[in-house]
Amino acid sequence: MTPPTPSAAAPLEVTDESVEKSLSPSTTKGSESRSPGRLAWKRFKRDRTGVISAYIVIFFFVIAIAAPLIAKLYGKNPYTTYASQRPELLDAFSYPSGPNGGMSSEFWFGIEPQLGRDVFTFLLYGIRTSLGIAVAATLLTTVVGVVVGVTAGYLGGKTDYLVGRIIDILLSFPSTLFFIAFMPVVYGLFVAPDENIPTSLRAISLILVLSAFGWASIARLLRGQVLGLREREYIEAAKVTGASPKRIVFKELLPNLWTPIIIQSTLMLPAYVTAEAGLAFLGVGIIDPTPDWGVMIQRGAQFYTEDLTFMLFPGLSMVIFVLAFNLLGDSVRDALDPKSKR
Amino acid sequence: MSNTNPLLDVTGLTKHFPVMGGFPFKRKIGAVQAVDGLDFQVAEGESLGLVGESGCGKSTTGRLITRLLEPTGGSIKYRGQDITHAGRKQLAPVRSEIQMIFQDPYASLNPRQTVGKIISGPMEINGINPPGGHEKRVRELLETVGLNPEHYNRFPHEFSGGQRQRIGVARALALEPKLIVADEPVSALDVSIQAQVVNLLQELQRDLGIAFVFIAHDLAIVRHFSERVAVMYLGKIVEIADREDLYDNPRHPYTRALLSAVPEATADEVPSRERILLTGDVPSPLNPPSGCRFRTRCWKATEKCATEAPPLVQVEGNREGHLTACHYPEVKETVPAPRLSKDPGVTA
Repeated sequence: MTPPTPSAAAPLEVTDESVEKSLSPSTTKGSESRSPGRLAWKRFKRDRTGVISAYIVIFFFVIAIAAPLIAKLYGKNPYTTYASQRPELLDAFSYPSGPNGGMSSEFWFGIEPQLGRDVFTFLLYGIRTSLGIAVAATLLTTVVGVVVGVTAGYLGGKTDYLVGRIIDILLSFPSTLFFIAFMPVVYGLFVAPDENIPTSLRAISLILVLSAFGWASIARLLRGQVLGLREREYIEAAKVTGASPKRIVFKELLPNLWTPIIIQSTLMLPAYVTAEAGLAFLGVGIIDPTPDWGVMIQRGAQFYTEDLTFMLFPGLSMVIFVLAFNLLGDSVRDALDPKSKR
Repeated sequence: MSNTNPLLDVTGLTKHFPVMGGFPFKRKIGAVQAVDGLDFQVAEGESLGLVGESGCGKSTTGRLITRLLEPTGGSIKYRGQDITHAGRKQLAPVRSEIQMIFQDPYASLNPRQTVGKIISGPMEINGINPPGGHEKRVRELLETVGLNPEHYNRFPHEFSGGQRQRIGVARALALEPKLIVADEPVSALDVSIQAQVVNLLQELQRDLGIAFVFIAHDLAIVRHFSERVAVMYLGKIVEIADREDLYDNPRHPYTRALLSAVPEATADEVPSRERILLTGDVPSPLNPPSGCRFRTRCWKATEKCATEAPPLVQVEGNREGHLTACHYPEVKETVPAPRLSKDPGVTA
């Protein structure tokens, strides 16, 4: 549940932002010049682990985005308790009556014990919720981290000192404990204690709280990078020609910072997925009946001694996703920053 | 070189870098006197060489002239306009006329920008729209500095050091400057490449009539390039003169020692002149010696040197425009004697 530790690598030389999958490899004509981005893309393509991980990650995102469509084609939804209409699906102890957690051609991944919901759609929607929150938190964290870090590094002086101390405090905080203790407080700010907390508020609060603790690491990393870049001669060259601070930050500094930004955020996203699931598991994040990876694992933990299948699907899929994303992050770093190879 | 209306007029230019220390609250505990009272002029189309050891304040001077640094004192006038403390907006019209070439060709080009973008950037910033568009102008500039115009879309990492420095020159030329501050433009390059780049700069100076402040520690290159040469020591100019004057008739002991250190490629077995070996190190600019700053290493130093800082004046026997800051200037005839390397004379 902790944000990834920033790698201190200073990726400045032949490295670039453009890991975008859209960058077509076919554009490498003979005489065409090799941009740093294209070189990185070439390196990335040579990395088998990275490419396979990228496919897995893309697969997860596709099913998350297409969850409603898949559910429609499949003909079920994650909220209906199928067992209440067809009691034969569950046995006397409220466990799935069929073998392997009730897996059948009708319920592909089986049915949930007790309530009898469909595991397949529940998992799809769970991935959707979890990834949505993690992506939003990552984006917000990155934006805040970049703005604060670049500002502190570029302005220096008192601003830098102040921001540096805030970052130190945030990083030394036990964030997991804080999440658990603070989430109810955040809900309390918006909703009276006796009212129901709407799911959207839960999601937004989660995103805000995760970001509030996550930006510090990326800001510190970027601050250091900017401090180093600020003294480079090409920045001075831009100043000599009369460039405005805005132009220097956006046109001269930022393009050189994409590498650490992308590396950090690709490593941050899987950390947020696990953090979000962890909070849901502990009951302070998204709660039942909203489908969520963490909620599923929490429910699975109640039944796993009798019905392992229900625990297996969310658990395995999460392990695969987080592992693939972390490997992807490593590959992206290796491609963008070949000098940091171990 | 008594020009009535110099392009650049620097008087009493001073830059002190504060040294912060203390705990828990940092405060100023000293100052590095990087540049301490410089006076010189640069006429239109003229090339002034600035030489001296590492750390003597040459680069700081260059950065002060281009206003990358804020001077602590003194004044910098460009065409009579005071730019000593001008802000970015006030500087805008002057910016395009004073450009800079940097020392390290590997750090002075943004690795994320194509050559075309690097060179057209200054034009964009200053709102210059050359006829035929930026790209045409960039291609022209690339040709001017001896690069293939087809390299427009390439990235800096695809070029060698010499080529990169040419790109840096093209960027400086993009604004058609009147004055270029070249901060050791060739010291990071191979000797064979140095000559090419220096010759390129010389051609540009001749053809385009650009004035240069040429900062270097290599006396041979300065001699080749600059009509006038200023010798700096520990933040001060100790001698400034026309090229021939300075090299044939150095009056300051430090200039003399510097010149004697230049290796000579002669076939003669007998060395044509004595080498003067300076003992000791350059004193710290944090706490420079009183009086003449060179006295701790000078073989002629006396009491007077410790108490009285010699002014930069035209000492007796100097030609017009040859200024020396020394109480006991060297005399041409009595040259060979000083083998005083073992006797630093007076210590601080």
